[in-house]
Amino acid sequence: MNRIYLDHNATTPVDPAVLEAMIPYFSSDFGNASSIHTFGQRALAAVETAREQVAALINARPQEIVFTSGGTESDNHAIFGVTASSGSAHIITSSIEHEAVLNSCQALEKLGVAVTYLGVSSVGLLDLDDLRKAIRPETILITVMHANNELGTIQPLAEIGRIAAEHDIYFHTDAVQAVGKISADVGALQLDLLSLSGHKLYAPKGIGAIYIKGGTRLRQLLFGGHHQRGFRPGTENVAGIVGLGKAAELARTSLAEDTAHVAALRDRLEQGLLARVPDTRANAAGAPRTPNTSNITFSGIEGEALIIALDLRGLACSTGAACSSGAVEPSHVLTAIGLPGSQARASIRFSLGRNTTAAEIDAALEIVPAAVAQLRQLSPTYKKEASAHH
Amino acid sequence: MTTDFQLDSLPAAAELQPGLVAVAMSGGVDSSTVAALVLQHGRPIVGLTMQLWNQRRLPELQGDGPARHRCCSLDDVYDAKRVAQHLGFPHYVVNFEEQFEQRVVRPFVEQYLSGRTPIACTNCNTDVKFEPLLRMARQIGAERLATGHYARIQKDAATGRYQLLRARDDSKDQSYFLWGLTQEQLSRSEFPLGERTKSEVRELARNVHLPVAEKPESMELCFVPNGNYVQFIHAYAREDGRPLDDSEGDIVTEDGSIIGRHTGVHNYTVGQRKGLGFATGKPIYVLAIDPGKNRVIVGEDDALRAATLEIENVNWISIQQPAAPLRAQVKIRHKHEPAAATVEALPGLRIRISFDAPQRAITPGQAAVLYDGDLVLAGGWIK
Repeated sequence: MNRIYLDHNATTPVDPAVLEAMIPYFSSDFGNASSIHTFGQRALAAVETAREQVAALINARPQEIVFTSGGTESDNHAIFGVTASSGSAHIITSSIEHEAVLNSCQALEKLGVAVTYLGVSSVGLLDLDDLRKAIRPETILITVMHANNELGTIQPLAEIGRIAAEHDIYFHTDAVQAVGKISADVGALQLDLLSLSGHKLYAPKGIGAIYIKGGTRLRQLLFGGHHQRGFRPGTENVAGIVGLGKAAELARTSLAEDTAHVAALRDRLEQGLLARVPDTRANAAGAPRTPNTSNITFSGIEGEALIIALDLRGLACSTGAACSSGAVEPSHVLTAIGLPGSQARASIRFSLGRNTTAAEIDAALEIVPAAVAQLRQLSPTYKKEASAHH
Repeated sequence: MTTDFQLDSLPAAAELQPGLVAVAMSGGVDSSTVAALVLQHGRPIVGLTMQLWNQRRLPELQGDGPARHRCCSLDDVYDAKRVAQHLGFPHYVVNFEEQFEQRVVRPFVEQYLSGRTPIACTNCNTDVKFEPLLRMARQIGAERLATGHYARIQKDAATGRYQLLRARDDSKDQSYFLWGLTQEQLSRSEFPLGERTKSEVRELARNVHLPVAEKPESMELCFVPNGNYVQFIHAYAREDGRPLDDSEGDIVTEDGSIIGRHTGVHNYTVGQRKGLGFATGKPIYVLAIDPGKNRVIVGEDDALRAATLEIENVNWISIQQPAAPLRAQVKIRHKHEPAAATVEALPGLRIRISFDAPQRAITPGQAAVLYDGDLVLAGGWIK
């Protein structure tokens, strides 16, 4: 069976060019980037080249890039790092953040930090007036994701950055789902902190980065040696860093091409499903969105059952954030945009990638309608819901 | 019989195949062995593990460390996944927390609060495993569901009716909890362990090197992490915003005379002897609980015995509802030795049961299940 992978927001395959760039750094150029000798110098040179490549992708300076283990560590570093260096504090975030941000904020709340969780519109957009009203004298951090993992909705970061700058508040974004898919320019967006993750942009899992604008007062998260100028102790994951650097370079040079390719296929999938499957809605379709993401509600079905049915038919997609137990919890994002529980549970995320083909989309347009029809035939709620609409 | 399964480092590719069987996997040895047995017959399977209860809820019930050896815990999900990887078939975790709470946990608590002694496993079978889970199995393309229940299903060739029978291993028989199944549910269900003893099942599990072959049994209610269901009910009611009235009250005899004080009606069950807090000449038992009047009614052993009872919400399972009274052996709780009785179907899905000899502690909220030898004739809830 030829499997079709439409779950690139969960993770992407490592690009062959990325893998090729990494391979020397496992065995031949295996040095520790902190070592004085030639082995170390070769590793250090590779790390610094990668730092430049990542910096170029987001328009930062290389010394503002710190490599981490991934998006979750970067988010924790930003949020705990800012908060730890100040006394009584208030943080503003949104209700549709990734759990790496939400659970960091909740942990800080237990330590006495105040947190405001801003609601979003029916397409997942933050209201700038709400944001302005939420600002307090003790607000030290605004953390708002760049693009949402489930909907693809892109937040107005430039406007938020302006507001944060006006009030002299640190501004962090979890850009894990944006970097590599859309332009993320830390200067234009007036960001102080940005999190990114390698495996969402064709680099391996276990490598990520945080952008820390020069002059940002940020306490370190981990304590140890003086690696990465003390910002992030721990021997550098040289091969992973090289992979991230190469992936960043590929993303920068092919962004326009990837966007055009992926957006056309996404629209073909979305419009095809809406045309072929009755009682179906595309969520957040009216908002600015990442070009690869489509979130669709198929009334009267359980998304969980559809995911399994599709997997058994060779199509991989998802209901939202993958959970450690493999079980699916109702999506806090879909709840936040106002979907009732039954509709939230009936929603599926398709996320395309650089290598997705038109033939795969056409196959998906055969597989999905057939699976939905089978589910609805056995659904205790579908006919009721459908007849209520007519 | 033994087939040597190779441990594969990757899970089997999920693929829809004709004759696909879904296996309900708790992560325990029984349902894991079912998976091995169905595979040994050359049939394609998909494993489904239900996430039923969030063990992080009601944190006051948690002891130190994670809950072990109970269904619904992440350890059990992990075990089920290991078994699937070991035997090489696709496996998914499916979330039925909402259905489980609405159809099992909440009714369990409500019944208890009204002075009855509920059984959760029957509702879980009838309203979760063989309803939404079976439906999901069919939705994803599996027409049949195999489970680790110790019971048997057969089709009566003469009538075409599906019949439920006791397990061959009497000590493991779970037919008492399965009387609610419909003909449609029985027609799509398989109980491969019904013909086997527990020790045979363990041996099968060892023969195919199941990683759970030596896992201990789970005995208690799966959603009560520490086995103390009274404590669970208190915690659940508190979370629900209606903490239990735990006020003391009178312990009375059947004629209404007050002979002692109780510590809150929720701490008592029908038939209980210990812990009544006073000593009399003869043994005294709880006969009934009256939450409305905040009273516990007690009496001597013979007052606890009754020869007749009525059951409601009856399901005639292996036979059609009979027109005339018939003889049966009736079990009034899981560990009850079935007792001979004459049973008569009444209008409105009820049955009147007249035992040949009075039975002890007929408890509202429990089920009475009617047998003819191994055959499960019907079951219903004791009023």
